[in-house]
Amino acid sequence: MFEFGQLMESFYDAFSARGIPLFVPQLIVMLAVATAVLIFTAISVMFMVWWERKISAHIQVRFGPMRVGGWHGWAQSIADGVKLLLKEDIVPAGADRLVFVLAPMVVFAASLASFVIIPFGPGLIAGDLNIGVLFYISISSLTVVGIIMAGWSSNNKYSVLGAIRSAAQAVSYEVPLVVSVIGVIMTVGSMSMTRIVEAQQGMWFVVPQLLGFLIYLTAAIAECNRTPFDIPEAESELVAGFHVEYSGMRFAIFFLAEYANMFVVSAIATTLFLGGWHGPLLPGWLWFLLKTYFIIFLMMWLRWTLARLRVDQLMNLGWKFLLPLAFLNMGITGLILVLQGQ
Amino acid sequence: MTVTQVVFFLMAAFTVGAALLVVSAKNLVHCAIALVFAFFGVAALFVLLDAEFLAAAQVLLYVGGITILMLFAIMLTARISARGIKIMNEQVGVAAVVVFAIAGLLAYANLKGFPAAVPPLTVQDNTASLGTLLLTTYVLPFEVVSLLLLAAMVGAIILARRERGKD
Repeated sequence: MFEFGQLMESFYDAFSARGIPLFVPQLIVMLAVATAVLIFTAISVMFMVWWERKISAHIQVRFGPMRVGGWHGWAQSIADGVKLLLKEDIVPAGADRLVFVLAPMVVFAASLASFVIIPFGPGLIAGDLNIGVLFYISISSLTVVGIIMAGWSSNNKYSVLGAIRSAAQAVSYEVPLVVSVIGVIMTVGSMSMTRIVEAQQGMWFVVPQLLGFLIYLTAAIAECNRTPFDIPEAESELVAGFHVEYSGMRFAIFFLAEYANMFVVSAIATTLFLGGWHGPLLPGWLWFLLKTYFIIFLMMWLRWTLARLRVDQLMNLGWKFLLPLAFLNMGITGLILVLQGQ
Repeated sequence: MTVTQVVFFLMAAFTVGAALLVVSAKNLVHCAIALVFAFFGVAALFVLLDAEFLAAAQVLLYVGGITILMLFAIMLTARISARGIKIMNEQVGVAAVVVFAIAGLLAYANLKGFPAAVPPLTVQDNTASLGTLLLTTYVLPFEVVSLLLLAAMVGAIILARRERGKD
């Protein structure tokens, strides 16, 4: 990363030598980083969609997409993306136009902002905030606002039902998610993502924090609104939940945000519990991506294996089972830390 | 002018604009959504002041908690969101006096109370020092506040339960 730093220095120098104020190169760097993240998200999401279709197909003894692009239909997602972009932009007549248009942007902005704190490798992090984990937890709550906006502005009862369910679920599962992460934060003594990965040099936190990892994974799947926790968009009862009325480009943005969210959640699980970029032989960023995609695979596997929970089962699981377990995990971690005299 | 100042003015304008929308929008749901953006702008200002923890707490509690509850309440009381609301009522005169008094006081306090250049923070990780202070020097007020919130929560649950028993 030293050479990268030198490159940045000379980049800034080139601007100051011409008398251009400092914020111009700073803005250019910020835009470049944001664009890189955006391109990575788009490619990663297209891969994940294709991968999910393949996994679901093979679990159901089918082949899935096989034609577009030749080898196992690898270009299917690209074709779908182009199709969605070319579709007519429809805003329902009864919809609240402004909020309807704004909602997908809010949802996508929230999931894109979470990429700021993902440490892809040593030094490969957009912003190593000292509130790292907390940043993700707080910014992800913006997604719920976007979903409520989408559900309400669509002026459709299924949308509103889906949005209300989604909000109830996200608010309920955010609590065990936060508490399950506290064990790791207490052990490391910092919320910075880089520090957390560096602390896992010897042993990944999945070993001492196994309970926390399982709670995190369960709550994270619920946060992503995926089966078995997909009552917000339960197709058989709500058509599609909050995005019933969305089509074309705007639907694509919701879709993009959903899969980007999945990636973020898995990347954070990798960082907190699976040792981040640590691993033998291969370069750090490759290890990080491999672990992240492993967790994504796990989420897809669960989705196509388990059935949907009922609303009351969902609430019982969150409040009466996951939350006490998460507090137990936090208490035990604290006790061990005190006994070790840290 | 650094990027910090550019961002400050952008976010300040954003926050004030959103706040104006909160009080001037005719539709209650629009007000609540504008409130989300206003809270978010305030969080961004906290970030510019190196108070990252406050910013995260602001977004987590106000955006993720309070406004979502507001939106919930508005959507569950179906009639309110459909009908436009009255922005002005007969108390507009009194309210204007109070608002201008507070605005004047704030402007005066800001001009008098703060030196032109505030020295930069000496503590590096203010999140950690905030946590340490909360659990050592200020542990008693912290516990009292927790107890208060717990009592409020129990009270809310009891109120909700009793209503269900009556039907």
